[in-house]
Amino acid sequence: MPEPMGFYTDTTVCIGCKACEVACKEWNQLPATNGGRSKLSGDSYDNTRRLDGIHWRHVKFIEQFDAERRQGRWLMMSDVCKHCVRAGCLEVCPTGAIIRTEFDTVVIQSDVCNGCRDCIGACPFGVIDINPVSGTAQKCTLCYDRMRAGMTPACAQACPTASINFGPIRELKQKAQARVEQLHGRGERGAYLYGADEKMLGGLNSFYLLVDKPEVYGLPPDPKMPTRNLKRGSLWSALGAVVVGVVGLISLRSRRDVNV
Amino acid sequence: MSSTFFTEPPHWRWLIILYFFIGGLAGGCYFLASMIDLVGRPTDRPLARLGYLIAFPAVVVCGILLIADLGRPERFWHMLLQSATWRPMLKTYSPMSFGAWGLLVFSAFAFLSFLGALGEDERRHRFSFLRPPSVIGTIVSALGGLAGFFLVSYTGVLLAVTNRPIWSDTTLLGAVFLVSSASTSIALLMLLGSRRVFLVGGLRALARFDTFVLVLELITLVALVVSLGSLARVWLSAWGALLLLGVVGIGIIVPLILEVRAHSPLSASARAAAVLVLVGGFLLRVVIVLSSEAI
Repeated sequence: MPEPMGFYTDTTVCIGCKACEVACKEWNQLPATNGGRSKLSGDSYDNTRRLDGIHWRHVKFIEQFDAERRQGRWLMMSDVCKHCVRAGCLEVCPTGAIIRTEFDTVVIQSDVCNGCRDCIGACPFGVIDINPVSGTAQKCTLCYDRMRAGMTPACAQACPTASINFGPIRELKQKAQARVEQLHGRGERGAYLYGADEKMLGGLNSFYLLVDKPEVYGLPPDPKMPTRNLKRGSLWSALGAVVVGVVGLISLRSRRDVNV
Repeated sequence: MSSTFFTEPPHWRWLIILYFFIGGLAGGCYFLASMIDLVGRPTDRPLARLGYLIAFPAVVVCGILLIADLGRPERFWHMLLQSATWRPMLKTYSPMSFGAWGLLVFSAFAFLSFLGALGEDERRHRFSFLRPPSVIGTIVSALGGLAGFFLVSYTGVLLAVTNRPIWSDTTLLGAVFLVSSASTSIALLMLLGSRRVFLVGGLRALARFDTFVLVLELITLVALVVSLGSLARVWLSAWGALLLLGVVGIGIIVPLILEVRAHSPLSASARAAAVLVLVGGFLLRVVIVLSSEAI
């Protein structure tokens, strides 16, 4: 049994070249937006804007500048499916299309998915969307086909700055922790790991080194499982049914007592 | 900011809104018919019959809407059977999976009761044993009524078991949908039965029941807003205005006033109240679904 594999993305060395996006699109044969007639975003050099069914990698450009644009910084982050150890999408999928692989990654089987879209709303990171060509929900597979052949995922292979690191999760965590300590030693006290420990959905098999709050990167500060509401929601519904049912029966029965 | 604001909408729009509304009517009309059949007067049986006659065609429409909404409609059966093994596909902790089976089970009961209700005028017909007071009919009706309660409420739980703003920030949507389905179904039965003078007794009982349900709906809606806490500010928008004016005003307050003033459930004001309740019930689902989809 292979050990859990994943990504560790060091955002401090990302240069926003988007080679990972291109490599992902090429390898997975993902179609262009609107058949190639895509519009420029108009307010950013980033024209991909978000992860969806045909963009399984997305390099975010975060501009932190003052009003005069004299002082500031760029933050770059190559976003992707987090391959959560406790995955909300996998939990709610009604067809069994979403599976956990032998590498502890989460994959949508496109030939099983029927496009119900329950997983889209369940994902705490907004990663999944419909691929308009296949009509099914799609996202990063962590290059399952390449991994099975002993290859590195296309994005990590293409990354020119080693911002995207691929390997066994155990090794990635050691490497990431060492990098955090190195950055702390150099004065970047804001560096920390997002999703590396088990507190966040049992651990993210794609975790990040960040230097600002998660919200700045468009990441949820406290992602949760969708099923957290199942018991309480069901209990309230059952209580509503009891109240409506009892009052309905009393209304009809009391009338019978009076009139018959 | 709540973590739910970092998610993407599942593109559930008009087909799903229609499903929530018509599914609510299907389940609601069935459980009302079941209650009337089980504890109502024998003279109310045509009212119960009306409920059964609405429930089955409505649930067929629900199935069509759900299949049409899929990205791959031809794979709708993957909800029920594993495509590779043909074994049953059921996840009890996934409201959509459990709901698909619930819809199937409800459809079966609705079909049996529909058959039982078809030839009511002849008194004794081939399928009359499928309706109370026969033992089989009583079992079918009681179990179908429970399935009806499930059908009208699981959709709210399904929305709660996501990570979307509003939907997953409260656990009351199932109860809200259930109460709203009761009020809209009573309204539909009252509307369709309002031209039959001989049903006046049963309609009067339903009108009293409706008054209670509308008050309960108002309470659950207030509880819903309170449960959202500071996130309810999302509804400080056109959606909130629609909720307040369309759902609460037109769909609850005005019908309550009309029902109190109506001297008979056969009157024009009672019919107007029923129409407004149906409009309000539809708008409730529009607001709940689209206000989150828009974020």
